[in-house]
Amino acid sequence: MQSLVIVAHGSHLNPDSSTPTYDHADTIREADAFGEVRTGFWKEEPHLREVLRTVEGEEVYVVPLFISEGYFTEQVIPRELRLEGWDVDRWDSDGLSADQATLTATDTGQTVHYCGPVGTHEAMTDVLIRRAETVTDDPDVGDGFGLAVVGHGTERNENSAKAIEYHADRIRETDRFDEVTALYMDEDPEVDDVTDHFTATDVVVVPLFIADGFHTQEDIPEDMDLTDDYRTGYDVPATVDGHRIWYAGAVGTEPLLADVVLERAADAGADVGAAIERVRRTTAVAAGNR
Amino acid sequence: MTGHAETDGTTLDQNVVPSIDLPTAAVDALARSPDDDHRAPTIAVDGFRVTATTADAYTFETATERHADLSRAELADAAHDHDVLVADWYVFEHVVDDEGSRGAFLRWLEGATERLERLGRLDDGRTDAADASTSDAAERSEPTTATAIRDRFRSLASGIEHDWGQLRITATIADDGTRRYAIRHVDAAGIDRDHLEAHDDPRDARSIAKHDPDGRYRPLKTAPTLPTGWVFPDLDARECYETVETFYPATVANWDRERRGDLDVSHWHETMARQTGIYGLIETWDRGEGHEHVEWVAETCCADSQCLKRREWEYDAETALSVDGGDGAFPCREPCSLVVSAARRWTKLESEAERTYEFDLTPSEKEQLEALIDAVADGRVEEIREADLSEGANRYRTRFLRAKRFDDDGALRGVPTDPEEGTTDE
Ligand code: SF4
Repeated sequence: MQSLVIVAHGSHLNPDSSTPTYDHADTIREADAFGEVRTGFWKEEPHLREVLRTVEGEEVYVVPLFISEGYFTEQVIPRELRLEGWDVDRWDSDGLSADQATLTATDTGQTVHYCGPVGTHEAMTDVLIRRAETVTDDPDVGDGFGLAVVGHGTERNENSAKAIEYHADRIRETDRFDEVTALYMDEDPEVDDVTDHFTATDVVVVPLFIADGFHTQEDIPEDMDLTDDYRTGYDVPATVDGHRIWYAGAVGTEPLLADVVLERAADAGADVGAAIERVRRTTAVAAGNR
Repeated sequence: MTGHAETDGTTLDQNVVPSIDLPTAAVDALARSPDDDHRAPTIAVDGFRVTATTADAYTFETATERHADLSRAELADAAHDHDVLVADWYVFEHVVDDEGSRGAFLRWLEGATERLERLGRLDDGRTDAADASTSDAAERSEPTTATAIRDRFRSLASGIEHDWGQLRITATIADDGTRRYAIRHVDAAGIDRDHLEAHDDPRDARSIAKHDPDGRYRPLKTAPTLPTGWVFPDLDARECYETVETFYPATVANWDRERRGDLDVSHWHETMARQTGIYGLIETWDRGEGHEHVEWVAETCCADSQCLKRREWEYDAETALSVDGGDGAFPCREPCSLVVSAARRWTKLESEAERTYEFDLTPSEKEQLEALIDAVADGRVEEIREADLSEGANRYRTRFLRAKRFDDDGALRGVPTDPEEGTTDE
């Protein structure tokens, strides 16, 4: 039996932090590609230290629901899962190219295929685009629209900015949107000045974050002047300096992210059958909504 | 509340062994089993045994009977005559089909101690049912296995209850011998299911467990703050396990390891030494000056009033803590992430040197401060009635104390917190 474990950060304070993890696990369960699908967290339960004990299978695909390679994917997760002989060189990555490493979990004896994070997979580009479709409720959105991909910046992790640039470049190459820009919370070009970076009237703003929380629900909306006070909410689209800002919230909440989890496991050798097709189909935005 | 009322409307006498409508699949499995050592029934474990002499000739034996040269149809008749024994074998071998922690938990839930003991102890290698039952002579002299199984079915007919944290789990039996389970909050034990919100999807437990009765997010799943008012009235074995796993993740796995004598405990010192990043600094809290601080943490976070896990970790393998670990059904094998986060905060706070402050308070005011701390620490603030001015933590009493004793900067008695930087003075 092949098993899937999705690991994520979780939170002691934010009840929504785990929601995307559970949602994507449910989507994949329904697509029937794995004998079992479990979830584990750094800050919630089951903890990373114990999640493998809840897995009955001997062949386990572990996919981190993280945006970039860095401290969590390289140190914390392998340590807490007790992956024997782990070394970041096993991924042989340039910061974007981690795919998988096969190791043994000393705790349980299971064979673990430890995958790279969802955020750096090329399929994540499609999820960002899908997020733009969802927030505009238009499966063909692009013409006349700008798209901003928003990230933290390099302050804590240089790979985080790499992932943002990578997807922004890939979206730009599709020629689907009039303009595509990467913006950051704590460095230039800053998300505060979003309207300075676009000539298009309509701009979709998608934060490359896994879960909605403090940054995506409070900081970014206020930084972009969508609202003076996040508690009063904001309109979608909201008008700022003559632009219509379609703020999408965390990309990680988009149902298609389940597809990236599956792709990660498939790249690591999991037999996911038709599940990828099924997930792509069931999570699509219906055509002709607008 | 009785279990059978939960699953169907039939009234079963508590003293009667229910008769089982043995599913065809059970007889089919039985006919196949002589070639399958691992799943073949044995007298020691299942109260009966089937062997095949030729392709279509079976022997069916119990501790007291032996029927040889049975055709496939006659085997089916023998199985129906011993419906309870065959059903019990079938349920554990082919429905539950697990000798790991899930299977152990489901055995425990119906008090199948004889089956539970057969699940090996990991630390001395797996002793599985086949190895343990090779001595025919011993089996033959023990018809007690069959009696124990019948007794268990009798109990299942009226419902067998176990508590797991704040869950009350009732195991009952369906007509075909498979088990049905009801799960509700222990505080809802006597409440008719029609008055509770019914759920059938184990995943619903996620949203039930997310907030406490006051609507606050529960960061610790094993905190004794689970709201009540709901029931999962009719779950199968897999759904029962998944529901428990969702309410209390990994508790079954760790309970089973402990039961097998194989619980790996990571004590405080090694757990903190393992931390990196922003938690790396916790290690500096262990300054080689004893472990009193860890006693305080355990008393603060791990008491049964705060967490239903039974704390098994100590300061280190040689140094036990004196505070009680609690009475929970399932163990805690290392300081959890909430305790690690709290420890980081205390590491910073506790690095401050003590100072001497001088305040004038009346005896009642001193007692009031103590009462306030107690009320907050025990989560009693909400219970204190508006007009109950005998309570030190009453809101009016507290506002009065503040009006009288605080200066405009919110400093107690006008004494600055840091005498060097303080601007207020008496
Ligand atoms: S460390 Fe303490 S609070 Fe945390 S789970 Fe264990 S017993 Fe509960």
